[in-house]
Amino acid sequence: MRIAKRSELSGNQIALVRLAAVFGALVFGGLFLIVLGENPITIYISMVKGGLGSFFRFRETVNIAIPLLITSLGVMIAFKMRFWNIGAEGQIFMGAFAATYLALNFSDLPKPLLLMMMGTASMVMGGIWLVVPAWFKARFGTNETLFTLMLNYIALRWVTYLQYSLWKDPNAMGFPKIASFGQNALLPKVFDIHIGWIIALVLIYAIYVYLNHTKTGYEIMVIGESEDTARYAGIDIKRVILKTMFLSGAVCGLVGMIQASGISGTLSVDLTGGVGFTAIITAWLSGLNPVMVGVVSFLFAMLRQGGSFIQTAYQIPASAAEILQALILFFVLASEFFLRYKVVLFKKKGRGI
Amino acid sequence: MKKFGILFLALIMVATMALGCATDGESDGGSEEQIVAGFIYVGPTNDGGYTTAHDNGRLYMEEQLGDAVRSIYKENVPEDKGEVVKVIREMVDQGANIIFATSFGHMDGLIEAAAEFPEVKFAHCSGYQTAENATNYFGRMYQARYLSGIVAGMKTETDKIAYVAAFPIPEVIRGINAFTLGAKSVNPDVEVHVRWTNTWYDPASEKAAAEALLDEGCDVTAQHQDSTATMVAAEEAGAYSIGYNVSSEEAVPKAYMTAPLWNWGAYYLTAVEQVIDGTWTNTPYWGGMDEGVISLDEMTELAPQGAAEKVAEVEAKIISGEFDVFNGPIYNQAGEEVVNEGDSMTDEEMLGFDWFVQGVVGDIPESN
Repeated sequence: MRIAKRSELSGNQIALVRLAAVFGALVFGGLFLIVLGENPITIYISMVKGGLGSFFRFRETVNIAIPLLITSLGVMIAFKMRFWNIGAEGQIFMGAFAATYLALNFSDLPKPLLLMMMGTASMVMGGIWLVVPAWFKARFGTNETLFTLMLNYIALRWVTYLQYSLWKDPNAMGFPKIASFGQNALLPKVFDIHIGWIIALVLIYAIYVYLNHTKTGYEIMVIGESEDTARYAGIDIKRVILKTMFLSGAVCGLVGMIQASGISGTLSVDLTGGVGFTAIITAWLSGLNPVMVGVVSFLFAMLRQGGSFIQTAYQIPASAAEILQALILFFVLASEFFLRYKVVLFKKKGRGI
Repeated sequence: MKKFGILFLALIMVATMALGCATDGESDGGSEEQIVAGFIYVGPTNDGGYTTAHDNGRLYMEEQLGDAVRSIYKENVPEDKGEVVKVIREMVDQGANIIFATSFGHMDGLIEAAAEFPEVKFAHCSGYQTAENATNYFGRMYQARYLSGIVAGMKTETDKIAYVAAFPIPEVIRGINAFTLGAKSVNPDVEVHVRWTNTWYDPASEKAAAEALLDEGCDVTAQHQDSTATMVAAEEAGAYSIGYNVSSEEAVPKAYMTAPLWNWGAYYLTAVEQVIDGTWTNTPYWGGMDEGVISLDEMTELAPQGAAEKVAEVEAKIISGEFDVFNGPIYNQAGEEVVNEGDSMTDEEMLGFDWFVQGVVGDIPESN
């Protein structure tokens, strides 16, 4: 048996593979649920209901989708250039750190001004957090995957330090948490969902235009395809790398501000919820297409929210609900593999070699 | 190729949305009159400790009330305001009439959600904030801690007891102090060595902290942690342990002596009954051994000779109200008399504990 690269598949074949994946996931997940003593059909229907069944649940799904979507957009920009930004988690934390600093120390400023400052600061901070490894890569050719990954832990430990000592709320009777933001530092709501959803939609459009209809967007694509071609075409590779990485980090950093200001109302080590890593998956599943990022992030959020719903509704253990989500994801990812490769069984030949 | 992918995903989305809307009309089970009680847990229900104790209380309440109530719970809810609010919204969406949040760090989220859902009742375990529709509840765990201290103090041969503790908040400090006073009452030379883990539930760091203390020569462990990891470390080191929350005799048969226990069932039953007949109020609850919400587990054969008699004697005094642990004279770590002979600490003072008594070895980190 060996694995071979596939030639281009037709649309129908792709659809078939993907359908098979979803079906396989549902069947396997169903077996798992039967083992748990639940009726799979009921559970699946309630997962969908849990994600979309009422405005309430829809809102929770959107709340999960917002950070996932924006972070996916952020890492996508870097991926376009074949720069592996695994550090979104850290960029989110550092963005949130900058925003929180302003929220705690300048709480008397007018709301729009304060929010603008927090947003800008978070983007600058997130951008810097990615420009550092980008600069090292451009200058010394260091491995950006490891570099950005390690910066995640530095950011996480920094926030832990803030929460457990430097910024510990003296009014919390010793419990390690950072004080809650004042009213002026909280994101306003539109249709009862914090305005992160509008920011997300605007970003989808802006990044789509930036990547597809600007000179830099074209340069990013060329560098991603082949650095040599880019150099031959006279593109200033270093400059484009640094500029693009700043943008990628800035978008992720903004997520930190949105989560701190729109959801948690403060900074904590639980702020990201692992979204910086999940975003890598969603960005890839979307084929690095900004519009698809929106769709995939929403579906992903539905899966998460539905999984959370069945925990309370059917008292399925948290770990089982997560296994179910992981199963579904696993099948979908596996199907991406089979879209690119095929398994070839050696044919028995009449004579030995 | 890409276009097809988009179309395909869009189709899934439309299909699922349609499914979601089509089934919207159905209720999620339960009749109109049934009360729904929601429980927010910081760990998994099978942590073999703190959350298990709460979940046992939930099951007891459900069993007693039968069809009048339906309970729902959510495990592993982080102590993050956004997360807590999200879980509460989910529970209210599923019809919750009363919601119990069981960990200290759930407080801010609960208070915020209480304002959002004035028609729902909220109860927060171990905190200090209340609202019109939100109260808090806890037990005088320090009473049972004192008793367990007696057992540990009699058992130790090195006169060094390990105490693995979660966060430097009044609840935990109070427990350490009560435990130390109990140990010193039978063994004046004893030292209680405290190590903070800064987590309620993380078996790996709990165990690491316990091992460090055992290496320093402690031969009995106590804990303010949600899992059995501290006791496992003691068992592996050939030491003995005092548990917490639920009985752990089966988990660590070679180390377990006894444990201060939570019996939440009675409280949960009363609270939910009050919601059913409309007599619920936001008066905080702080029950003690006399009400049965707290107790000391039956001692195993590993407990020292004579401990059962001594404990029974003090327990009777606590239940009768003759003695309540923080009765003077009490000295702080520097040896200064903080509570004078004949005085005893008020509830308010106990709820704000931020200093260690004499005999505790360890620091309380300062807040800025």
